[in-house]
Amino acid sequence: MSLLEAVGLTVDVGAKTLVRDLGFALGEGEMLGLIGPNGAGKTTVVKAIVQLMAHRGEIRLQGRPLSQMSARERARLVAYLSQDDRLQWPISVFDLVALGRHPYRGSWWRGGGAPSAEDLAVIEEALRATDVTGLRDRRADELSGGERARARLARVLAVQAPLLLADEPVAALDPMHQLRVMELLRAHCNGGAAVIVVMHDLTLASRFCDRLLLLDSGAAVAAGTVSEVLTAENLERVYGIRAVTGEHEQQRYIIPWTCSAR
Amino acid sequence: MEQRPALPVSLILLAMLVTLSIASLMFGYAPLTLGEVIGGLLGTGPEEHQLIVQQIRLPRVVLAWLLGMALGASGAALQGLLRNPLAEPGLLGISASAGLGAVLTLYFGVTAVSLWALPASAMAFALVATLALYALTRAGSSNLTLILAGVALSSLAGALTSLALNLAPNPADVQDIVLWLLGSISDRSFADVQLCLPFVLIGLALLLAGGRALDVLALGEAEASSLGVNLPRLRGLIITGTALSVGACVSVTGAIGFVGLVVPHMLRRFVAYRPGALLLPSALGGAVLVLAADITLRLIGTPKELMLGVVTALVGAPFFLALVLRARRDML
Repeated sequence: MSLLEAVGLTVDVGAKTLVRDLGFALGEGEMLGLIGPNGAGKTTVVKAIVQLMAHRGEIRLQGRPLSQMSARERARLVAYLSQDDRLQWPISVFDLVALGRHPYRGSWWRGGGAPSAEDLAVIEEALRATDVTGLRDRRADELSGGERARARLARVLAVQAPLLLADEPVAALDPMHQLRVMELLRAHCNGGAAVIVVMHDLTLASRFCDRLLLLDSGAAVAAGTVSEVLTAENLERVYGIRAVTGEHEQQRYIIPWTCSAR
Repeated sequence: MEQRPALPVSLILLAMLVTLSIASLMFGYAPLTLGEVIGGLLGTGPEEHQLIVQQIRLPRVVLAWLLGMALGASGAALQGLLRNPLAEPGLLGISASAGLGAVLTLYFGVTAVSLWALPASAMAFALVATLALYALTRAGSSNLTLILAGVALSSLAGALTSLALNLAPNPADVQDIVLWLLGSISDRSFADVQLCLPFVLIGLALLLAGGRALDVLALGEAEASSLGVNLPRLRGLIITGTALSVGACVSVTGAIGFVGLVVPHMLRRFVAYRPGALLLPSALGGAVLVLAADITLRLIGTPKELMLGVVTALVGAPFFLALVLRARRDML
């Protein structure tokens, strides 16, 4: 049985259909790359899974509809890293990562004010895995872009959810941090979690994802392995580009080269 | 890291609050010694001291606590909810709206029917104002939108209050209302305290219950929601808590501004900038500020006693200006 299954997923906002009749499944330890041009509906799909957007169709996690779970239960099963990395208050990196344990904390009137020993262990492990232990007391708003990306990743890892959704986690990062964040997500997958990652970089997508789902105008254009999805025809039809492709160490690279006339 | 960052600063503020409360019972037109205050409180001293302490100064101290806690906590909570350090009940027109509600009941003489009409009307108007503000600012609220919405709301409430005063048939009533609107906690009795006490306490409980969720909201509404924060419930808690506590206070003390802006701002660094942990210290700090201001205006001995609202505005407005100047770059 798949960990996550979406059937007939449709999202309407007003009279506009943002996602149309989408179906996909994802197993444990799998990384799915959600790709497509701007406005294709990638973020909408992710938001629908986290129940941030009303939708039709059904999304099941471990066989149970996500829409019928309590917020707290869902929060323990689905971790979500949004595109928006602004933080209003200059809290410390440790406090930022500790927020990932929110779904496990008891109510304050039952003495759930402070994180438990288990929470603390999970937080430490997340800090270590993303290599931000040394930044734990730094103000999260004063980090560099790459450091902040790792701290935010530690925050979602601390949720310890079987499904992790990351919306453009490598946009605006330098090449080293792009690779580093993708490696961290891959390692998380190898630990048994399933990951859905929204991306624009096709080379990174094909290197790190097990499967790709190519969206255009809210509908799936292609789904499957890298070679099935990233064909020259699809790139031209969906993205309107011609790309240079090749192989290095048995892995595909795709470099967008020219815009094709649409 | 500090697991309970609010604890040390809260204890210090509590100690200050107790000290200032005792000082507030001692100072005034007829200064009393500590022994005379204790005698007056316990009812063992001369009748005159009992009267001064129990009937005149104690209600004033209790009101200062209630008012300061309501303003401090609601300021901190609104800042956390709107993710905006400039949110404050006075600046955003919530106090002015509550004032309008109170003036209308006085104007139409509804208070003759039931005393509770006064706080009820003030709270209802505060609630409408807070809801309106929230509706105006929730979608990607910039500082600018928020402040403009507050200015609009304050102006509207002020204009309607002026209209009521303009049309008031009796000039003596007008003077009473104008003086009351300036904001003060002097010459209040325990009957006044009773009128606002239950609502302030309920309001404070609602605000404090939102603390944990406010911490998570630092991540933004989307990620907070993904972590199980029930946003509609959180909004309900804070909007209702603000309306109850601020509305009830305003109906007794008049509108007193800037406490909710100044106090959270000064205390934020002591709770590691966590918006939820800021609530309790802000409540205590608000009470400290109101008490200190109230004692100061009695001590400086102007020919006519200054009104508390005037003093907080004189201190708070320049503070607000400084805050704006500092935040100028990312504000506009």
